[in-house]
Amino acid sequence: MKTFSVSKAVTALMLAGLVVLPLYSNLSGNVFILTLFTRIVILALAAASLNLIMGFGGMMSFGHAAYLGIGGYAVGMLAQEGIGSGFIQFPVALAASAIYALVIGTLSLRTRGVYFIMITLAFAQMAYYVASGLARYGGDDGLTVYKRSDFSGLINLSNRTQFYYLCLACLFAVIFLIWRIVNSRFGLVVQGLRSNEQRMQAIGFPAKRYQLVCFVISGTMCGLAGALLANNTDFVSPAVMYWTRSGDLMVMVILGGMGTLFGPVMGAVVYLLLEEFLSQLTEYWALIMGPLLLLIVLFGRGGIMGLLGRLNRG
Amino acid sequence: MLLVVEQFLNGLQFGLLLFLLAAGLTLVFGIMDLVNLAHGSLYMMGAYFAATFAAWTGSFLLGALLALGATLVLGIVLEMSALRHLYGRDHLDHVLATFGLILFFNEAVRLIWGPAGLALPLPAWLTVPVPILPGIHYPAYRLAIIVVALLVALLLYLGVMRTRIGMLIRAGASNREMIGALGINIKLLYTLVFGLGAALAGLAGMMQAPILTVQIGMGENILILAFVIIVIGGIGSIRGAFLAAIFVGMIDTLGRAFLPNLLRQVLSGAAASTAAPALSSMLIYLLMAIVLVVRPEGLFPANRR
Repeated sequence: MKTFSVSKAVTALMLAGLVVLPLYSNLSGNVFILTLFTRIVILALAAASLNLIMGFGGMMSFGHAAYLGIGGYAVGMLAQEGIGSGFIQFPVALAASAIYALVIGTLSLRTRGVYFIMITLAFAQMAYYVASGLARYGGDDGLTVYKRSDFSGLINLSNRTQFYYLCLACLFAVIFLIWRIVNSRFGLVVQGLRSNEQRMQAIGFPAKRYQLVCFVISGTMCGLAGALLANNTDFVSPAVMYWTRSGDLMVMVILGGMGTLFGPVMGAVVYLLLEEFLSQLTEYWALIMGPLLLLIVLFGRGGIMGLLGRLNRG
Repeated sequence: MLLVVEQFLNGLQFGLLLFLLAAGLTLVFGIMDLVNLAHGSLYMMGAYFAATFAAWTGSFLLGALLALGATLVLGIVLEMSALRHLYGRDHLDHVLATFGLILFFNEAVRLIWGPAGLALPLPAWLTVPVPILPGIHYPAYRLAIIVVALLVALLLYLGVMRTRIGMLIRAGASNREMIGALGINIKLLYTLVFGLGAALAGLAGMMQAPILTVQIGMGENILILAFVIIVIGGIGSIRGAFLAAIFVGMIDTLGRAFLPNLLRQVLSGAAASTAAPALSSMLIYLLMAIVLVVRPEGLFPANRR
């Protein structure tokens, strides 16, 4: 086994960069970059959670943005009702996401392939319309979160640096958890189901139950990202759940490298930085972004991680 | 009574329009095994082309005809330049690549036509109400949509079931290698099918255009409805798409029209008026979930491969 590889080096460099970023931001006085990267880290968390079911479990969910909304609305609604404590808001956000994942997972996992993609999409659209109908909580216009989650002095979410490190800690914790899951017996079964469901079932594994548990874990993780995102933007609206959002998350995962531990983080960083860069370059940034995605699909097998792996061998 | 008949016809009209969109989608899906998210963009382009050409020529019909040709050509160019390379790839690749195409088309439209929507005014002879039953009038244009869509559906059915090209298309759907081995130019066939699907989507877009405004992103919501339809109807089945489209059109329209009143019988006025819009938007997704749970392959699955 090689001790050095390009992909490992690049990953380490990226992670180190994420850790020291606030230092740079504080020294240079560039506040914007910290705000941008807080968003990137949160969406990287969401992408990593999607990667757990998509990359390792082979379940192509096209409705993952729904959890971003559910987590966000849990925070927003509780804040609106006067419950500002993060110790209540975050567990509720996670529990709500888990319950939603349990229900739609039970139904969706009866189907496979394209049907699975479509049914998860349909459920996310349903969640979108439910949120649009919540007149008490802003309906279509969304809900402003006037006060960020309060962790009774333990950590101050209104402090940019502290909030950034909280998000980064959550991201690392989730990636560590995914690493443990993927290498556990449970994770090996789920990956086996991706390769050959029939064979796994023949050996005697209850396929659907394993997949469902994986689906719920992933949804709960993404709910955490949703709760953080609502705190980051001080706002939550149905648009968070719109299907193009789910598409964005899928793009991040595939761009970074599906089924790799750090690929989604890489994908989120590159995708969102590219979006930022192109939108500063021209108002019509999507005109470049769209064909770029097409090219990545056509020529970039395995995403950035795959590319780095090939660099190493070549 | 008047309202019931009117909403019933509206539902039929919307369902037929959805069928035009879903037919192209299900053909491309069933035959090339390609998930084309950009189908909604072709719908949008159809509407923009029609609005532009109608303004240039000053004639609604001529504009629509030119726009139909333009979407056909656009579809063929799109297939030959990009989508052709996606056949046989993973469905996920299709989703990602065509997602990129949506971004591109939306932005291109913004660049060319500007962010504000366009209007496609109807000629005078299509705006008159037509008596359909004694005492009941219905807008001529909506009636025209029903007639045109039914005609297209019939032509499509005859074309696929009764002509040589249709036979080749069906053969290509059931076994791609075999028909290639028999000396049929499968590439050309696929390009034709894609162009046909694009033209159908464009037709749906330009027919919907006078009712709604022509705007960026108009294809996205309706695309999801079309996906719901082909999933309910069974992927690759035109008959399934037809029945499911009518079904979805009816449920959506009737739900929006009558659900608020129904809910008001059960709930208090305020609660009903807030719950009704969300519930009626959810209805079809609920329907799709139920269908998939009961019959995971859709109601009318096409022949298995």
